[in-house]
Amino acid sequence: MDDNAAQAYWKENITTILKLLVIWFVVSYGCGIIFIDELNAITFGGFKLGFWFAQQGSIYVFVILIFVYAKMMERIEEKYDVHE
Amino acid sequence: MELQSLIYLFVGLSFALYIGIAIWAKAGSTKEFYIAGGGVHPVLNGMATGADWMSAASFISLAGIVSLKGSDGGAYLMGWTGGYVLLAMLLAPYLRKFGKFTVPDFIGDRYYSDFARAVAVICVVFISFTYVAGQMRGVGIVFSRFLQVDVNMGVYIGMFIVFIYAVLGGMKGITYTQVAQYCVMIFAFTVPAIFLSLQVTDTFLPQIGLGGKIPFAFDDGVKMIDSGTYLLHALDTSMTDLGFAAYTVSHGGTWNVFMLTTALMLGTAGLPHVIVRFFTTPTVKGARISAGWALVFIAILYTQIPAVAAFARLNLIKNLQNVDYAKFVKNEVKNSDGSINRGSWFKTWEDSGLIGWNDRNGDGKIQIAAGKAFEGKKGKPHFDGKRGASGERLTSNPANGVSKSSEQMRADGKIENEVYLDRDIIVLANPEIAGLPNWVIAIIAAGGLAAALSTAAGLLLAISTAISHDLLGQVLMKDPATGRSKLSERAELMAARLAAIVAIIVAGYLGINPPGFVAQVVAFAFGLAAASFFPAIILGIFYKRMNKEGAIAGMLAGLVFTFGYIVYFVFMGGDKADYLWGIAPTGIGTIGMILHFVVAIIVSSITPPPPKHIQELVERIRVPRGAGSASTH
Repeated sequence: MDDNAAQAYWKENITTILKLLVIWFVVSYGCGIIFIDELNAITFGGFKLGFWFAQQGSIYVFVILIFVYAKMMERIEEKYDVHE
Repeated sequence: MELQSLIYLFVGLSFALYIGIAIWAKAGSTKEFYIAGGGVHPVLNGMATGADWMSAASFISLAGIVSLKGSDGGAYLMGWTGGYVLLAMLLAPYLRKFGKFTVPDFIGDRYYSDFARAVAVICVVFISFTYVAGQMRGVGIVFSRFLQVDVNMGVYIGMFIVFIYAVLGGMKGITYTQVAQYCVMIFAFTVPAIFLSLQVTDTFLPQIGLGGKIPFAFDDGVKMIDSGTYLLHALDTSMTDLGFAAYTVSHGGTWNVFMLTTALMLGTAGLPHVIVRFFTTPTVKGARISAGWALVFIAILYTQIPAVAAFARLNLIKNLQNVDYAKFVKNEVKNSDGSINRGSWFKTWEDSGLIGWNDRNGDGKIQIAAGKAFEGKKGKPHFDGKRGASGERLTSNPANGVSKSSEQMRADGKIENEVYLDRDIIVLANPEIAGLPNWVIAIIAAGGLAAALSTAAGLLLAISTAISHDLLGQVLMKDPATGRSKLSERAELMAARLAAIVAIIVAGYLGINPPGFVAQVVAFAFGLAAASFFPAIILGIFYKRMNKEGAIAGMLAGLVFTFGYIVYFVFMGGDKADYLWGIAPTGIGTIGMILHFVVAIIVSSITPPPPKHIQELVERIRVPRGAGSASTH
């Protein structure tokens, strides 16, 4: 593995993390805290949407994010041949 | 079977299981003691991490907090789960690649400084002790309620059990015991949650039930709520009727909820006993997946908590409003459908001092609403040993009677509250309030103990490792010629066990003589973790230019600021009006974290860059290839 591959790998790693952290921020801070009152105007079943994000939805998204991240990293590592 | 015998049976069986596993998984080397030999399967490791992470506070208190705070309780739910996303992406894989044993190992090596290492050791010990004191107290409370022993006796029993498996097994014993404890804990939480969900919303899954409809009509004291109303709507309506804030609307103020959530997330990602978990997986990939599994197992419990919180809140209003106390506690009150509204739990918890009833209008009936039932500090009852006309416990609180009858209050639309409830009893009393079978109540006892013991064991291990490995091995007894510990493997393992024994004794002492602020010290642990470890590790991985001067200055700035702020406002009686930008001490770790980043980057930019071999170390931990097994000693 040469230095260029290592650097390109690192760059792609950072981009991946940033993309996923944007989603992380939007569902928790965005939907569950900052815009909770606006989203509460929307209801589905017995839930107000903002309340649902704060107490249920964001947790489900967190779980999915970690597994998506692990999968994406596996692909990136094979691409740059830096996997274990 | 009698409730008491069932409790003995379930608790006894679960303890026999834990001790059996501890003997089976006895640690033979320091590597097994510190990181379970580095070969734990990611799913099992995730399960153990979940048990390690979910403490007595998660199991017992969190539903109570959410029930009380309603929508704003989301800060705790999101904070304590969202941190795992940061752990998985920003910390776990690189620390696993780094491949040593502890967080001070990383700080000391990356910043080529034994002073930085020593600061890290002190942080680990302090953070872990504040946390463990609360756990031991939790063990004592659960034992005292369910085994009918004194709280102190309960702490002694807990110390003995933790002693056996933490001292013998080290990380290996703890990991496998925690897997068993997770299973006990999740079963104990889920079974009653499903029962409640069926009862309150006719839905099997509590997560769905939270959005379901109530299959019964009830009288909230002001008006009837119809059957078929959505649960959350029924809660909003009845709580507003009773003078509370609506359940599903946020009231805490966006700013403080934001700060609290951030401090909890970053604190989670910086807690040493959680981070060390990711040193135990076989590969870097395993460390990422393991964080995912840990969150799956945590989410199974955490998504049920808001449901249980809402069910409990509704049940309290439905079952207590305008019932005749004397008949209620003798289980003689009937629901509208003819079933018995059992109230013996009310008397049990009243006898233990966690519930109080003050018949302010003298009608012999309970009224529940917003406001203090008792005059005095925090509205807490001070029982004087006498009994009132209905058989309730009387207090020495100043009189605050009202003259209105319940009919008059109904007409006025304003109910005067007569009930004091300690929020910690929500989960413990919930099954009794809902009239669930005895075996369900017995399982809860075993689950609460599993939650407290698994966390206590993980914390004690973090403390003993910090002392034997980091302080003795890497600082005090380091051989300057080789850079390794002068202690033999055997001697270091012995030192780790001795340190664990001392840690248990100190934790037990703190459990028996709580500093009086167990709830507030949690803010301490999270704030300090967020302000100290989180930035130091992130910078160590993502900012190659970060040097020892910057790291030490940053850690000290973050620590001193956060420590000082919490001590001043929580323990020295600082005035709320003086809060920095209105931030409560629970959320101040966020500012400490930002301060740490700023100071570290400024100081490092005006001091020499780190030596070449450190820059190469950073290059190495960034790529997964060549992780191998955790490096030997």
